Amino acid sequence: MNNILEMRNITKTFPGVRALDNVSLEVKRGEIHAICGENGAGKSTLMKVLSGVYPHGTYEGDIFYEGEIQAFKNIRESEAKGIVIIHQELALSPHLSIAENIFLNNEITKRGLIDWNRTNQEAQKLMAKVGLREKPDTKVMEIGVGKQQLVEIAKALSKQVRLLILDEPTAALNDEDSSHLLDLLRQLRSQGISCIIISHKLNEIASIADKTTIIRDGKTIETLDMAGGKVDQERIIKGMVGREMENRYPAHTPTLGEEVFRVENWTVHHPEDKARVVVDNANLYVRRGEIVGLAGIMGAGRTELARSVFGHSWGSNISGKVFVNGKEVDVRTIRGAIDAGIAYATEDRKRFGLNLIDDIKRNISMASLKKFVKRGLVDDNEEFRVGSSYRESMNIKAPSVLSIVGKLSGGNQQKVVLSQWINTAPEILILDEPTRGIDVGAKYEIYLIIQRLVDEGKGVIVISSELPELLGICDRIYAISEGVITGEATRAEASPELLMKYMTKEKEKSNV
Amino acid sequence: MSDASNAKKGFLGGLSEKLEGVNLRQNGIFLALLGLIIFFAATTPNAASITPTNWSNLVVQNGYILVLAIGMVMIIIAGHIDLSVGSLAAFIGAVAGVLVVRPLEQDGWDWLPALPWWAGILGAIAVGALVGVWQGYWVAYVGIPAFIVTLAGMLLFRGMALMTLQNSNIGPFPDEFRAIGNGFLDKENALGTAIGLPEQFNAWALIATALGILAIWFQAVRTRAGRIKYGQPTEPSFWFFGKNIALSTMVAYVGFQLSQANGIPYTLILLVFLIVIYTMVMNKTTFGRHIYAIGGNLHAAMLSGINVRRVNFWLFVNMGALAALSGVLIAARMNSAVPKAGDGFELDAISSVFIGGAAVQGGVGTVTGSMVGGLIQGVLGNGMNLLSVGIDAQMTIKGLVLLLAVAFDVWSKNRK
Repeated sequence: MNNILEMRNITKTFPGVRALDNVSLEVKRGEIHAICGENGAGKSTLMKVLSGVYPHGTYEGDIFYEGEIQAFKNIRESEAKGIVIIHQELALSPHLSIAENIFLNNEITKRGLIDWNRTNQEAQKLMAKVGLREKPDTKVMEIGVGKQQLVEIAKALSKQVRLLILDEPTAALNDEDSSHLLDLLRQLRSQGISCIIISHKLNEIASIADKTTIIRDGKTIETLDMAGGKVDQERIIKGMVGREMENRYPAHTPTLGEEVFRVENWTVHHPEDKARVVVDNANLYVRRGEIVGLAGIMGAGRTELARSVFGHSWGSNISGKVFVNGKEVDVRTIRGAIDAGIAYATEDRKRFGLNLIDDIKRNISMASLKKFVKRGLVDDNEEFRVGSSYRESMNIKAPSVLSIVGKLSGGNQQKVVLSQWINTAPEILILDEPTRGIDVGAKYEIYLIIQRLVDEGKGVIVISSELPELLGICDRIYAISEGVITGEATRAEASPELLMKYMTKEKEKSNV
Repeated sequence: MSDASNAKKGFLGGLSEKLEGVNLRQNGIFLALLGLIIFFAATTPNAASITPTNWSNLVVQNGYILVLAIGMVMIIIAGHIDLSVGSLAAFIGAVAGVLVVRPLEQDGWDWLPALPWWAGILGAIAVGALVGVWQGYWVAYVGIPAFIVTLAGMLLFRGMALMTLQNSNIGPFPDEFRAIGNGFLDKENALGTAIGLPEQFNAWALIATALGILAIWFQAVRTRAGRIKYGQPTEPSFWFFGKNIALSTMVAYVGFQLSQANGIPYTLILLVFLIVIYTMVMNKTTFGRHIYAIGGNLHAAMLSGINVRRVNFWLFVNMGALAALSGVLIAARMNSAVPKAGDGFELDAISSVFIGGAAVQGGVGTVTGSMVGGLIQGVLGNGMNLLSVGIDAQMTIKGLVLLLAVAFDVWSKNRK
């Protein structure tokens, strides 16, 4: 049996969405197999099916691993067979030591008590294997992200891993740590450990992977043999984006007015790691009546740029200028940003956008409550009237505006979020992933709403991980990579290949 | 909907459809209170629990807890807690004692002249608000969890109460001061005598009751008319009339009973005033609505431009002022400022709020619900006293009532 893993015809559906559609994947023993695809293509879902996060029975299709059909009910069962997944957000406990983390939930015990001597000794051995030069009793919070990644791998080794899955392992690493990690993966390969790596860094994939499987819209597109360096980044990009453009985007002719919004020399640092530059000297502008896209892979700094502009609600040590209608505005507080005419609709509506236990009308009035005050008191009849008018104009499907927002579908929740911000009467709306997690029909409605907004003379910035969406609705698109705006393209110039090139452009190395 | 499916749903299904728009939890708690009152009326010897004097006692004995519960429910809706209010009430009682009663000798306060009773009360409330400033600063602007800040406050203010009182009591208070906790509107029934009312009825109590019922109907009808005008869904009319008739009957009954005792306690007037004001604050002002928004989803509240720190800060200032008022009521009722005053009252206030339907996670709760929650505890304690139930059993039962009330919430939420 040459294949360690075969996933056959995996189909996974969520209410209203088919996340995986007949996906197949074959991984040979002792191979590094890359999985590529845009955000939301279904990569992570596939790995969750494999590792038992979505238990057997919640998906269709079969998983053959080590020649046997597997029916994992949870992560424990898949780990027992040597399948270990390391997520992008590391699952380490920061206040525990390296050794404790390595053996977390797998503790070495003697007569029911933890055997600390052996724990540290074994940890030391594993740490040597992954090239981690630290003391086993050092707390995880005291070492850098690169070393934390190594702790995760050591932890996987302690579980007798045979198939290691890494989800964006180098996204948060610097170049040195990244190359060290990739070396380690090659070394593990030579020891017969198979590896699946999900990454957006195509140059890394081109250099390390033996095979690359491309997933797009929940379907397997192709598996490329990377041997001999025949396959380059361009080829992978073509596979990732090369889809036929259907009529999923309403046609629209923009009427451009004068400039409504401008950001100049905008630089933002990470709120905790204050030395890390997350947005680097960004410049952009939006005209009235214009839909401007902001493209970038996850973690490129899109949301960070938007939230820092919106009342400094993210980041530290922020510098630069923001103009609305040509006048510089003070965006140091969220209230100030809203009053200046800026609105920001979050990418994560459940966590950051809505009060899920309250009703529609109160969510709509939340950011503009002052408008409803009459003689010092909030007029809830007026709230009802305004809310109801949005329910009608935005086509929010609910029996009345007294319905609780938490019970609405994603698309309808998104319409509530949009209503909330439209009611602040903004000049510029920044919509962060406005169609994430909602079905195709509702997406179309959202696009129409966006077009209506710009026809009313507002400016709109759309942040999206879906390139076709940006290409379908935007008049102009900026691409951002590692915090730098790396390119700009008008609707006529923009193509998936061009944007993907901008989006994966790496920072020029000034030092070393 | 077809007739067949309607029939299948049966009576209960049909009823639950009719009751759409009716807050069952809120009304359920009200029915529980009613049930308790009936239960004790039936079980206490000579129906002692519903005598005019006992109604009067019930109000004045629970007033200070209810005042605390008003501030507490706001704090809890915003997702915090305040453990310091009992100690703070004691400290403020002591402050009021120092301000109003002849100050203790050799305590360093003797330069201060004794203030008139009203100035003493205002001063005491101002000190309470200042303490709220202190706690609000740590919670809102430094970011220390309210649990910790107020746990520290619980010790801190008890200590300050002891220091202020130097381990003794201050009292007695002037009559006007005492009246807030212990007095009645026109206790001598001068008005009743003047207009020739039978002498067992207090005239002001009857007038106040009538005014109260009028106010209930005026407000209810006005709200309903406004909603209808704007096309808002309203409660079914049988429910609207049924509910308000029941409420009016209750008010009429209690008012009638009070008129046969000493009349309307000042504490009750104060409470009704506070309940009306704070219900309005919570439902109809931006401050109140921001509190719900913060408790419902802190991040969303921040990102919609709500100044969360400022709201949290003022919440604690408000709690400080209300705890001070409660401290004044306690001192007035006991006619003396004592170091042990208000011991454990924070827990009674917190229980009232949770029995009254507030959610531990925040975002949910009402002032009226908390009042009913407080009264459930009050009626329970009062009834058990009349039944000569020992303190041991009383505590056990009160603990179980709190647990079951919240468990009921969790169950009904999970079932949905």
